[in-house]
Amino acid sequence: MEAGPVQVRGTVLTVRRIDAYYAMTVVAPGVAARFRPGQFVAVAVGGPDTSMLLRRAFSIHDVRPDHGGTVEFIFAARGRGTRWLAQCRARDVLDVTGPLGRPFPVPRDPVSCLLIGGGYGSAPLFPLAARLRERRCSVDFLLGAATGDRVFGALTARRTGRTATVTTEDGSLGNRGIVTDMLSQVIHEARTDVIYACGPMPMLRQVTALASRYEIPVQALVEESMACGIGVCMTCVLPVAGSDGITRMVRSCVDGPVFRGQQVRWDDIGTIPFDAFGAPGWEPRPRQRAAQASNAAGPGGPAAASAQAGDGQSRRPPGRAGHGS
Amino acid sequence: MAADLRTRLGHIELPNPILTASGCAGSGRELAQFFDVSKIGAIVTKSVMLAPRAGRPSPRMAETPSGMLNSIGLQGPGVDAFLQRDLPWLLSRGARAVVSIAGGTVEEYAELAGRLSDAAGVTAIEVNISCPNVEHRGQVFACDPGAAAAVIEAVRGRARYDIPVFAKLSPDVTDIVGIARACVSAGADGLSMINTLLGMSIDPDTMRPALAGLTGGLSGPAIRPIAVRCVWQVREAFPDVPIIGMGGVRTGQDALELILAGASMVGVGTTIFHDPSACVRILRELDEELAQRGVERLSDVVGLAHEPRAAARRKRAGTVL
Repeated sequence: MEAGPVQVRGTVLTVRRIDAYYAMTVVAPGVAARFRPGQFVAVAVGGPDTSMLLRRAFSIHDVRPDHGGTVEFIFAARGRGTRWLAQCRARDVLDVTGPLGRPFPVPRDPVSCLLIGGGYGSAPLFPLAARLRERRCSVDFLLGAATGDRVFGALTARRTGRTATVTTEDGSLGNRGIVTDMLSQVIHEARTDVIYACGPMPMLRQVTALASRYEIPVQALVEESMACGIGVCMTCVLPVAGSDGITRMVRSCVDGPVFRGQQVRWDDIGTIPFDAFGAPGWEPRPRQRAAQASNAAGPGGPAAASAQAGDGQSRRPPGRAGHGS
Repeated sequence: MAADLRTRLGHIELPNPILTASGCAGSGRELAQFFDVSKIGAIVTKSVMLAPRAGRPSPRMAETPSGMLNSIGLQGPGVDAFLQRDLPWLLSRGARAVVSIAGGTVEEYAELAGRLSDAAGVTAIEVNISCPNVEHRGQVFACDPGAAAAVIEAVRGRARYDIPVFAKLSPDVTDIVGIARACVSAGADGLSMINTLLGMSIDPDTMRPALAGLTGGLSGPAIRPIAVRCVWQVREAFPDVPIIGMGGVRTGQDALELILAGASMVGVGTTIFHDPSACVRILRELDEELAQRGVERLSDVVGLAHEPRAAARRKRAGTVL
């Protein structure tokens, strides 16, 4: 498990205000060394005698080799835990586990990639963009938020992307509207082969729906609330259809947070779909029974219910679905 | 220096008393990324059921002061997948596997006990009786002495003779000693306590219940005094029945508190979510706590809080306890 996560006591290097958000840089050597774009850290908040037991999960925005390896993540000081984080100062020590979750799969071929971010959901897209450029993929950005100060990374996107389109609901930055208003136009102009998206669930659902119309595969990074981030608490589940056609309640922390958008049952999030594996009254059909048995016998992977769904989707290179060239 | 931490789970000797609490460690695989799972007393698995189960809808958890509410609904792949994948993996890592079982009927529990007995390598069975009895209007087994006893009797009858059976008790009862008595009379080799308490949280922004399942189980340090009380009461009534104490244990000192109340093993639960390496840390801290007090054997302090005169005598004799 040399590539697995580590738990480190990380020293805070900087806490910066960036528009409506905070950027925190922590010295976390093992985490930085293992990081791949799309992965996240889970941070304990409130100090040693905290009354806040649940870790807070944040997508990693950047890693750097200085001080033996640092990670940076972006957050909004919205709740008690994130407000506590926001008042941390340089040299404070945080308990950090990471890198967690399955990273974004990257295409083998130099294809045209569109990266869509809602709010600070764009944070994990920047290290991904760097990785994609290494693979000679072209990178276009489509970023949106309610207001201009909540669009994260618009400048970097303009500087590093082939194109960068910004939408705000109040029109204070870029085009007035939401990202999906601009999506068709951007897809046509950029001749998009693959979409990577991160942001609120409704945005991911709409992006997936629109992209499916053009038969463009979507890799969606979900922001489900988690208690542990490592796959033991089972709180961050959502219904995802596996490549065998069976829907399972899978953990977004270890089977995600990156999923093939077309396999997530967006409309059923917050429910147990009646046909989900193990739903009340659920009976395996003969075909499913066979699939279940063969999958259960497969090596490695996390708990049976989830490994099957995970295997089919997040490891598959997105450029493969017949949209390249 | 290092105290003798060996303890007994029924007739089975464990190297130390720290266990995971059911439902907080999966089947050990995820935690193995952070520590060697064979180093703690045993891994108590997430409750296994006969059939695969999808659990409850999300949101499934809410943070509360020094605690959390969860309503997972026993999501799991079922006993077949457990026996095929999880148990062999635990054994391959040299871990001791205490398998928690859950069911909706007495027969389901019994069948699970039989299935686990046929598989090699199950160290003990912990019976999660905090499940609704589908044959009795959904009344929780753990809240009725008769129903609790029926489950334990069936499990004890079906489990192989050399696999200890522990009943996991719910604190949501008027008389936990009464339930404990019913379970012991029905053949339980030991008792685990406490399961979560039923709680609820309402989101002031949405003005609706925070959990999709409406109510959830409260766990974490917030419930520790209740765990101490339950362990104390049951130990007082049945001094010879081994107890796995759990509920909000966060440090070695917390573990010692439950041991003094009468637990000979201690489960670490919700704290694992906060600190994935908590079990080994707590084990180390417990060792230090005992060393500081000049305790040579863990067994010397199990239930010690019940013996004020004995403690006083030792104090006079010069042993700091």
